[in-house]
Amino acid sequence: METTVQQFPPFREGEAHPAHDDHGHGEPHEHHEPGFWSKYIFSTDHKIIGIQYGMTALFFMLFGFFLMILMRWQIAHPGQPVPLLGPLLEKILGQPAAGGAISPDLYNSFGAMHGTIMVFLGVVPLAFAAFGNYVVPLMIGAPDMCFPRVNMASYHAFFLGGVVMFVSFFIPGGAAQAGWTSYSPLATTIPTNGQAFWLVGMILLITSSLLGAVNFIATIIQLRAPGMTWMRLPWFVWTQFVTAFLLLLAFPPLEAAGLLQLMDNVAHTSFFLPTGLAIGGHLANISGGGSPLLWQHLFWFLGHPEVYVLILPGMGIVAEIIANNTRKPLWGYKSLVYAVLAVGFLSFIVWAHHMYMTGMGQKIATFFQATTMIISIPSVIILTCLFLSLWGGSIRINTPMLFALGWLPMFGIGGLTGLPLGLAAADLYLHDTYYVIAHFHYVVAPGTIFALFAGIYFWFPKMTGRKMNEFWGRVHFWCSLVFMNLVFMPMFAQGIKGMLRRMSDGGVNYSAARVPNAIDTLPGSVMELNHWIFAAAVALGIAQIPFIINLFWSIKHGEKVGDNPWHATTLDWQTATPPPHGNFAHEPRVVRGPYEYSMPGHAEDFTPQNEPDAPTAPKFSPAPAAH
Amino acid sequence: MDIPYTIKPRPDTGIYNAKVGIWLFLASEVMLFGGLFSAYVLLRVGASDGFWPHGWLNVKLGTLNTLILALSAITTLLAWAACKVGEFGKFKIFHACTLLLALSFLCVKMYEYHDKWIHYEIKLNDGTFADGHMVENDPAKDYLVIEGRIVKDESLLYDLRSQKNIPHDEIKIARADIKSKENYGPWHHTYLAIYFTLTGLHALHILGGSIVIGYLWGPGSRMYKRNPEQFTNRIEVSGLFWHFVDLVWIFLFPVLYLT
Repeated sequence: METTVQQFPPFREGEAHPAHDDHGHGEPHEHHEPGFWSKYIFSTDHKIIGIQYGMTALFFMLFGFFLMILMRWQIAHPGQPVPLLGPLLEKILGQPAAGGAISPDLYNSFGAMHGTIMVFLGVVPLAFAAFGNYVVPLMIGAPDMCFPRVNMASYHAFFLGGVVMFVSFFIPGGAAQAGWTSYSPLATTIPTNGQAFWLVGMILLITSSLLGAVNFIATIIQLRAPGMTWMRLPWFVWTQFVTAFLLLLAFPPLEAAGLLQLMDNVAHTSFFLPTGLAIGGHLANISGGGSPLLWQHLFWFLGHPEVYVLILPGMGIVAEIIANNTRKPLWGYKSLVYAVLAVGFLSFIVWAHHMYMTGMGQKIATFFQATTMIISIPSVIILTCLFLSLWGGSIRINTPMLFALGWLPMFGIGGLTGLPLGLAAADLYLHDTYYVIAHFHYVVAPGTIFALFAGIYFWFPKMTGRKMNEFWGRVHFWCSLVFMNLVFMPMFAQGIKGMLRRMSDGGVNYSAARVPNAIDTLPGSVMELNHWIFAAAVALGIAQIPFIINLFWSIKHGEKVGDNPWHATTLDWQTATPPPHGNFAHEPRVVRGPYEYSMPGHAEDFTPQNEPDAPTAPKFSPAPAAH
Repeated sequence: MDIPYTIKPRPDTGIYNAKVGIWLFLASEVMLFGGLFSAYVLLRVGASDGFWPHGWLNVKLGTLNTLILALSAITTLLAWAACKVGEFGKFKIFHACTLLLALSFLCVKMYEYHDKWIHYEIKLNDGTFADGHMVENDPAKDYLVIEGRIVKDESLLYDLRSQKNIPHDEIKIARADIKSKENYGPWHHTYLAIYFTLTGLHALHILGGSIVIGYLWGPGSRMYKRNPEQFTNRIEVSGLFWHFVDLVWIFLFPVLYLT
């Protein structure tokens, strides 16, 4: 982390001591040379916090990816010792990794933690907290976030949550094993402490998101620069705004659920444990009267908006990059704004489409099926607007644009394959198969993560003053695109053939237990795909090496660029690089919309939001230069 | 670097930053307690006949606590108004009252918790149930003493509201006769589980609010001399939180005590 943030010190130290001080809460504190701790660890600067979030999230994403590689090995070669890493695993984790092989219990905890880490410690912090923190205040022309110290607390809570999750691998019995969804009663009846760690970690992460969300919304409402009206906000800011609302309102019910499950696990209550629950063939000694469905409702009330928390910031990043690289305004800016608001609202009333198989009832299923079909309308509006934005543009191809263009069909596949899952009848068959895995990974992996890569390549010059290497960026893109598809495309076929998720042996026993050649057995060809997926996953991992090297190498050795290397219009590019503490030398005054590219009558093909109307062209009406 | 609108409201939104922040925070709090209340509703609706207990809580104490919090809401408002018109002495008095009221609320709550903690349901070997408060439970002795009653039918313990004059006698029970015993903690019954969770979380909010108000009343009040407007804003924002916490209790009281 330190290497990245080294860009900032000169600006912070050079910052003049303010004449008077009312930092959010107005306690007078001495301004002095910030030391290492206050500069990097206890920083309240939104840019440093954004980078802190980004680096931590990238680390966790790599870790989650690593867990996935181990799982794919186990699926492809059940019970075989893991090559190279086996002895290390056994040394660190002990019995669950006996002989260097992954036991079913360990597989389960890797599965649960892969999901948890990727969603809550990887993508959300990177998409929302990192990009949002770094870019949103710059884009709206604000000096910082509304509550800088709350912002710092948010990162610290996140970091602590990550530590709790990470540490849980090393406690006796290992990390949580009940899936990232932690369904009760399973989550309560597994006799290890992993789940309690998971819950405490989640409560910390939820607290972090809550603090972040309050801060984002307040910042966007209160700190827009003069002239930055709502309809002049870059669409990325809108997506972050809606995302913040989703986090603000959808996460607390999961916090409630987490508290209740923690009570079940620690205080032996029965919130989610039904009367007559038998564990291991014996009647459990519990008071009973609880409801397992309650957990699922509370979980998915978060869980579904969470999907949009994952994807909306990605969409925002892609929109910015497309507008910038087609050199023309986004097609249908207003439709995009209203569509993202509609998605945000509707995402709160679709959650039970994850629960068609629970026996919650046909009528409820019908309702949620209808809302699920309705939410696809604004989603398609967004995707269509982005596609149409390409029409007639003189498209400039560079690494961020490649990732953005790659995102469009990948997210399209992810979204469209979700439709059969949203229909109760089709879902009965596809539920809990690899089809589901393929579907949501297309949304999140080549979907969101591509958008995040695009964002990293795009804003890297703003953070460091240097571009990332273009050649290796393109290598990274093409290899990632190919191997992502090789990993996830076969899973559709496996799922349709009936291969269930969560089987720690990749379906060997399931397949063998059936009558050979019967209609419901898994054909050998389906099982064979497991080997191909593993190979593709390893290749995908190798394809990330150029990115990692490029990221760190370019900090010091990348091509030096100016303040606005992409010739962009939004305010984040209209200040020094990297932006000083306080972001803007003078408060920017916004006079136009966010995507005024290729405007007739302008010398350049881009007109920044804060560029006053050219004085050369005499105006009949008094110029609104003073806002 | 100055962050704008920390004290003065932004002209077009008409509100200062911290007030936006607290309202957003309260929105998420509504969802947090909303989630727990929905859990309560689902558990109660899903309970089989006779499972959900009635009359386990002391309505008088609940009413007392409701009044205490209502009164503290008034003193909070008056404290803010006193700041607004620049009467610092009155502010001190009113918020001292708020703090005392918060403290007495927590004391009453503690008493109620303790009352449940020492309340035992004891299953006896002859199939009857002894139920009452533990008076003597010395592990060295081969008996224990409760103050309560013995019933043949467990369902009598669940519906206290329909029974009048429930006996409270000292009963000596030989340990050899006891099949199992359990106090009225959250593990005893799902009703108690949700009761302890909801009121516990609420009590934590009271505690947190008291700490903030206590700080603003004590060391934090020095700011009044330097920047009365910002200090008044702080009182307003912490007051908004306090009113929310009061409001949660207004829902908790009927839901847990009266139904």
